[in-house]
Amino acid sequence: MDISNDTLLDLHHRMVRIRLFEEEAGKLQESGKVPGALHLYVGEEAVAAGVMSHLSAEDQITSTHRGHGHLVAKGGDLRKMYAELYGRSTGYCKGKGGSMHISDLDLGMLGANGIVGAGPPIAIGAAFSNKYRGTDRVTICFFGDGASNEGTFHEAANMAALFKLPVVFVCENNGFGEFTSQARHQAIKDVADRAAGYGMPGIITDGMDVLAVYEAAGEAIARARRGAGPSLLECKTYRFFDHVGVRGMGVVYREDAEVLEWRKRDPITLFESRLEEMGLLTTEAAAQVRERILFEIREAIAFAEASPFPAEGALMEDIYTVRGAAR
Amino acid sequence: MTTTEAPATRKLAYVSAINEALAQLMRSDPNIFIAGEDVGLYGSVFGVTRGLMKEFGENRVVDTPIAESGIMGLGLGAAATGLRPVIDIMFMDFIGVCMDEVVNQIAKMKYMFGGKATLPITIHTMAGGGMAMAAQHSQSLEAWFCHVPGLKVVMPSGPYEAKGLMIAAVRDDNPVIVVNTKTLLGMQAEVPEDMYEIPLGKAHVVRPGSNFTIIATGRMVGESLKAAEELAADGLDVEVIDPRTLQPFDTETCVASVRKTHRALIAHEAVRFGGIGAEIAAQIQEEAFDFLDMPVGRVGAPFAPVPFSPVLEKQYIPDAARVVAEVRRLLGRA
Ligand SMILES: Cc1ncc(C[n+]2csc(CCOP(=O)(O)OP(=O)(O)O)c2C)c(N)n1
Repeated sequence: MDISNDTLLDLHHRMVRIRLFEEEAGKLQESGKVPGALHLYVGEEAVAAGVMSHLSAEDQITSTHRGHGHLVAKGGDLRKMYAELYGRSTGYCKGKGGSMHISDLDLGMLGANGIVGAGPPIAIGAAFSNKYRGTDRVTICFFGDGASNEGTFHEAANMAALFKLPVVFVCENNGFGEFTSQARHQAIKDVADRAAGYGMPGIITDGMDVLAVYEAAGEAIARARRGAGPSLLECKTYRFFDHVGVRGMGVVYREDAEVLEWRKRDPITLFESRLEEMGLLTTEAAAQVRERILFEIREAIAFAEASPFPAEGALMEDIYTVRGAAR
Repeated sequence: MTTTEAPATRKLAYVSAINEALAQLMRSDPNIFIAGEDVGLYGSVFGVTRGLMKEFGENRVVDTPIAESGIMGLGLGAAATGLRPVIDIMFMDFIGVCMDEVVNQIAKMKYMFGGKATLPITIHTMAGGGMAMAAQHSQSLEAWFCHVPGLKVVMPSGPYEAKGLMIAAVRDDNPVIVVNTKTLLGMQAEVPEDMYEIPLGKAHVVRPGSNFTIIATGRMVGESLKAAEELAADGLDVEVIDPRTLQPFDTETCVASVRKTHRALIAHEAVRFGGIGAEIAAQIQEEAFDFLDMPVGRVGAPFAPVPFSPVLEKQYIPDAARVVAEVRRLLGRA
């Protein structure tokens, strides 16, 4: 694979940035500083990092309820992210969206979404628009194994293939839809099988191996960009934490042994040993990366905490676009 | 049904009242089953079906894929062929995903096919804000369904109502949507141990009063009771009515109250514009115009999506203080 050292280190940086962002977010919620429900992305970092490093701000993504990782990987400003989790006016959504809707449309992120399965139709709309406007932009639709059972996914997949739209459906198969294991919610093992029914390639990749994701996503994205149509890329991954919040073990719907087994394949440690073997990273350098990101995070949290809550009038703002004020 | 001796009661949380109603219903009728996301092994994210899969098995407490249209259609097909399904839609907002099944299929099948279908299906869901769950997990959409002929809609205001209305809904031979309120789930109240029904279409006078009527739904019943206490200081003797069922609506009880008190206000958590309050106000002025001393008031949420930030959400969600303020404004005492 043709991949520069800079890109390799960037992949590592993106993953660690997601991990630390999420761990801090989890602590903030546990201490009661951040309200609402947090669906954390810990364990799945290789997917967001491996896919997003092929994109620019003009390429769009649709995300899910588990969207922090996508926004971090797409270059999200951690200050505006924490401010959003805190419900402050300086947040990405001015405090109106919170964790489940954290997004920056200016970065091409068409929503983190509270409705499971809402992303695929929106993604094909953006892809339609890219094609219509004659650009070579792609749209990535992130969705879970659970979401692959919603009708919306199937309708969108069919249209994407029929219209040869520049979209890549990236399934983050973490083995669970909420508290129901994949074996109890669908009769297939590989979501990628579903691609055949719509006439597009279905590819399976190791979602704990950022290089595998990077490579597979690169091919699917290149295919979309050159007008050859959509693909479905399934990344086999695992959510280390609970569906909501941070507790990952001692839960009724999965065995601790299973969690521990997957944790042995932590995407960050796996990649760090790979980088060390390649002579690109040392333990000290990895620690420095963490320190720098933690510094950024501490600064971002301080920014969020110092930010004002939305003003009273904000409640009734941003509902409709006033004529002449469209952006 | 209700026993002749004084029924045994004890305090029960709202969530346990629903749970008990479901368990008793399932014991009493083998044709009743529950289907929904995480209702089985996990016992539902709100805990309403806890323990039911253990007692009744996977065939009767069905964990479904995330597929609201499919789940709702499954309920319809099963109801049309002799079963009595309870379909759980975790958050009321998600009913948007299966609107066709509810509005064009479930509500219409009987009428369109010349009355031949009997559809004893119950749709069970959770509405309301106050938990920083933002715009897609906090809505109160009951008015949508009151507008659709063929559907019935109930909205419990506490544990006693939750159990009695659930039993009545499931035993009814029509589609009934049970709209629960998530922030009430921990509320405790006396609940009889036996199976009892609260008749559909019958309002309940929660607090009798002589010179002001507040008609409140769901969570706003409790808020209106608090408001009534506070308004007593203004010399108002407020009657609080809980319609319990929104469709069919008990106009008679509400109108009789207004004829007595001459003043009325409707309070609900849903958006005020086009909310059920508008319909109730219209009915009151049609039936009791000559008795009214002031325009019929309404308290509801502003015309905005539910915001995430707790400071905005607090501004958004109606409460007792807002009821008090609106009553005083209407009486010119603000
Ligand atoms: C339409 C809809 N149905 C149900 C839910 C409740 N819910 C939130 S997340 C989730 C599980 C989604 O599973 P999956 O798509 O595999 O994503 P994961 O959580 O594993 O990342 C469910 C059922 C929802 N938010 N929207």
